[in-house]
Amino acid sequence: MSAQTWNDRRIEVIIGALLRTGVILAATVVLLGAVVYLARHGSEIPNYAVFHREPDNLTSATAIVHGALGMSGRAIIQLGLLLLIATPVARVLFSAIAFALERDYLYVFITLIVLGILLYSLFESSG
Amino acid sequence: MNVLEFSALIGLGSLLAGFLGALTGLGGGVVVVPMLALLFHVDIRYAIGASLVSVIATSSGAAAAYVREGYSNIRIGMFLETATTAGALAGVGIALYVSSNAIAIVFGVVLLYSAYLSSRHYVDGAHVPSSKLAERLRLHGAYPGPNGKESYNVTGVPAGYGLMFVAGALSGLLGIGSGAVKVLAMDRAMKIPFKVSTTTSNFMIGVTAAASAGLYLHRGYIAPGLAMPVMLGVLAGSLLGARVLVRARVKVLRYLFAAVIVVLGFEMIYKGIAGRI
Repeated sequence: MSAQTWNDRRIEVIIGALLRTGVILAATVVLLGAVVYLARHGSEIPNYAVFHREPDNLTSATAIVHGALGMSGRAIIQLGLLLLIATPVARVLFSAIAFALERDYLYVFITLIVLGILLYSLFESSG
Repeated sequence: MNVLEFSALIGLGSLLAGFLGALTGLGGGVVVVPMLALLFHVDIRYAIGASLVSVIATSSGAAAAYVREGYSNIRIGMFLETATTAGALAGVGIALYVSSNAIAIVFGVVLLYSAYLSSRHYVDGAHVPSSKLAERLRLHGAYPGPNGKESYNVTGVPAGYGLMFVAGALSGLLGIGSGAVKVLAMDRAMKIPFKVSTTTSNFMIGVTAAASAGLYLHRGYIAPGLAMPVMLGVLAGSLLGARVLVRARVKVLRYLFAAVIVVLGFEMIYKGIAGRI
């Protein structure tokens, strides 16, 4: 029991650091994209009153990375948001490894179910 | 209003929402969508996308602080996340087929419910024996109490699991953290101590929101120009709120914020019924 608690504590500390790093990284990238975006488009008129889905170059991971490398402000923001979405996924992935190290195979299995759902959401291509 | 002014105003509003949300424990996400939809006339689908992203940011930021204190239970969290993430996918599925007006009405009801829940004082129940299922899943745990480690048992797993699925579906449908429903599932149904259920819930919110955020991103609901000020504003506000929390007297603020939520709730329902969302 005490060995398990100790292990759990250590896992929690690492998870805390992982989450913090992910959020800081994501926020920094979004901020960077914001500077580029506002510098270029700051004086345009925004229109979010009518929904028309965002263009394809801002909805798929590969296109977002491509656009960000081309210094598109919107793509850099989107890359930051993608990093933010990936942070809990990384957390779950790490938990799976941690449970495996603890030889807690029931929880490895449970964690892999969550991971599977997250990866499906992240990588499915919509129609 | 140009993009610069629009971003600044939304950033400011989001900052306030995040600040009050952290200070009162109600979460900032729950007011972001009504703020964007009612005040800034943003289409509710864009509002949901932007709100979801801010929910992931605040949850992950807060969870990073909580896990180190040793209150959250990672086994309970992970087990229930199978329900919330599956629920989130279902919620997105529903969102794609129902009208914006229907979403606004459900949103209004959830707002009223959150305000009601926050007005009640919670007292931890007596110790319960672990149920067989909870025992097999090793959900019991211990947290640091005033007199050393306090251990607790868990029961009511099927009911809690079902409520978690609903919490996940609401999160996916409305772009909120659904912290209120999550805490309800954990402390009412499963008899988990309040401090453990609130911190574990916070821990789960990010994963739940990530499950629906991916789907929304692919469907073009996440507009970078809008999500940017919302995410940065709510995140900064919630970090600020968590810092002030220790010293502030939040009781009056809590009632005030609950009152704002009630007003927003009624307005969302009204606009939804009138078909003007």
